Amino acid sequence: MKILAIDTATEACSAALSIDNEVITRYQLAPREHSRLILKMIDRLMCEAELSLSALDALAFGQGPGAFMGIRIAAGVTQGIAYARDLPVIPVSNLMAIAEVTRKQTTAEHVLCAIDARMKEIYWAAYQYNNQGEWMEVIDECVCDPQTMIYPEHGRWTAAGTGWASYIDSMTDRLKNSNIEIETLLPACLPSAAAIARIACHNYQHGRMVNAEQAQPVYLRNNVASKPRQKTFMALLNGNTISSES
Amino acid sequence: MIVLGIESSCDETGIAVYSSEEGLLAHALHSQIALHAEYGGVVPELASRDHIRYLIPLIKQALAQAGIKKKTLDGVAYTAGPGLIGALMSGASVARSLAWALDIPAVEVHHMEGHLLAPMLEARPPSFPFLALLVSGGHTLLADVKGIGQYALLGQSLDDAAGEAFDKTAKLLGLGYPGGPALAAAAKQGHAGYYHFPRPMVDRPGLDFSFSGLKTYALNTMMKQAEKNLAETVEHPLNAQGLTEQNVADIALAFEQAAVDTLVVKSQRALIQQHCQRLVIAGGVSANLRLREQMGQMVKKHHAELFYPAVEFCTDNGAMIALAGCLRLQAGQMQPLEIAARARWSMQALPSINQT
Ligand SMILES: Nc1ncnc2c1ncn2[C@@H]1O[C@H](COP(=O)(O)OP(=O)(O)O)[C@@H](O)[C@H]1O
Repeated sequence: MKILAIDTATEACSAALSIDNEVITRYQLAPREHSRLILKMIDRLMCEAELSLSALDALAFGQGPGAFMGIRIAAGVTQGIAYARDLPVIPVSNLMAIAEVTRKQTTAEHVLCAIDARMKEIYWAAYQYNNQGEWMEVIDECVCDPQTMIYPEHGRWTAAGTGWASYIDSMTDRLKNSNIEIETLLPACLPSAAAIARIACHNYQHGRMVNAEQAQPVYLRNNVASKPRQKTFMALLNGNTISSES
Repeated sequence: MIVLGIESSCDETGIAVYSSEEGLLAHALHSQIALHAEYGGVVPELASRDHIRYLIPLIKQALAQAGIKKKTLDGVAYTAGPGLIGALMSGASVARSLAWALDIPAVEVHHMEGHLLAPMLEARPPSFPFLALLVSGGHTLLADVKGIGQYALLGQSLDDAAGEAFDKTAKLLGLGYPGGPALAAAAKQGHAGYYHFPRPMVDRPGLDFSFSGLKTYALNTMMKQAEKNLAETVEHPLNAQGLTEQNVADIALAFEQAAVDTLVVKSQRALIQQHCQRLVIAGGVSANLRLREQMGQMVKKHHAELFYPAVEFCTDNGAMIALAGCLRLQAGQMQPLEIAARARWSMQALPSINQT
């Protein structure tokens, strides 16, 4: 089985090729450089593996949550390649990718994942690894206030992701009176294409695939603009666009 | 050479298939006007989200319409700027990776160059050199065009773009978004002579424009008229701004006449100054019938010719991008393996290509 995975959802930019469960990868911390880098990374990986696109079984990408622009780049690149070569696509959650990166690093199988979502919020989910080699959502992914996030009932967990780095105080405060014990804290953990490729291999075997146009980002944050109330003449005279990109 | 064109710089997703031998083979467009209408303007994040949903379905549709298999494409052209960065990035990501995966060259196209060359989609295309008046929602400029990529800027708007002035004035008048076509439609019912708007900058030398004063003038006119209506008990119903439907039509007409006159006067001045025989008008506002008509009369007086795109290719579309990209690809231009998107991009920075 051969799967090409890409991820541009956070400050990391990466591509990975899983060839019969061997993963080769390119990974670079490159905020705002993803659009310049990602295709070259893919191209070099394919050359290094001496593979042509027609040898691939599927594509995978980090579908979000993450930076809006970043997850659209990953979705767009995936759509373009998948459409050109009639390849199926496996979208993978970036929060789940963090859980998988954590497992590889520490062997942890219970992970509380948080990505800094800006605007004083986090993208949040809790995952548990089961004996079929699959990540199960214990807490569904969501965008929320770090002071009020919902957490699992009990257990020993590893905390991973940049959300922990940004809001460590409010998040540990939140867990103070819970039955949660944080075993390890990995606040610098970022998702990676290699982790996405491994998750995708599993999903591929279970036939969890979509086509090119269904390779869409998952934003979680959907209230991105507010509708104007009746504007005054003077307000109408100024400004034509509403700015809301984050 | 058969080229796929992809436009996503603002609020339209436009896809087209253009053949250097046979011309335009197919084009598909998805407009986001309804999506943004309730916000009263384009919301960049919503625009980006919509593009990434519609790009592939529209590409499929255009190729099916053209009766072309994706493997027969020789190149991909996409708008790399200027425009909304997130919107551009959606199109650029799909376009650049599609070209790479099909193993064909990609070329980045300047959105305004696309507009400028759009009249070349017509049966009677202009030949170089020509003078171009670009009037869209974001730009108003006069350029001397010697060839592709050889653009000398002669004048531009110092404040609002012409289309922007149409849009804002239409909004003031309660005519909806986008305002250009709505205002033109209202003006049809207008009577000339009730109001007279100034012609900004026509009495000053040079080829620059200024349109922001017109909308302020429109606002003042509206307020004065509304006061008068209140004092005089008019028999027709008044709208939220205190105007009758006829008032709105009359003000729309006065505005349109002033805007069009200004564009015509400056174009005439440029035509004389540059000793040019051909004038191209392009961009959204070039769909305006009054502008086409008056420009036609002016050009005739100077024994010159006027060119403009079909109405559907005046506003944003994929066809103009496919055409511009095709010309550049034929000249051997192609882009390295990078996704390019720039919010700002000067037209004068474009490489020129030698036409044969
Ligand atoms: N018939 C018309 N009369 C005047 N303005 C028009 C007409 N049709 C479209 N427009 C204006 O053209 C602009 C859109 O043109 P377009 O070339 O798509 O602009 P941009 O590429 O800068 O967004 C809008 O401002 C719109 O109001």
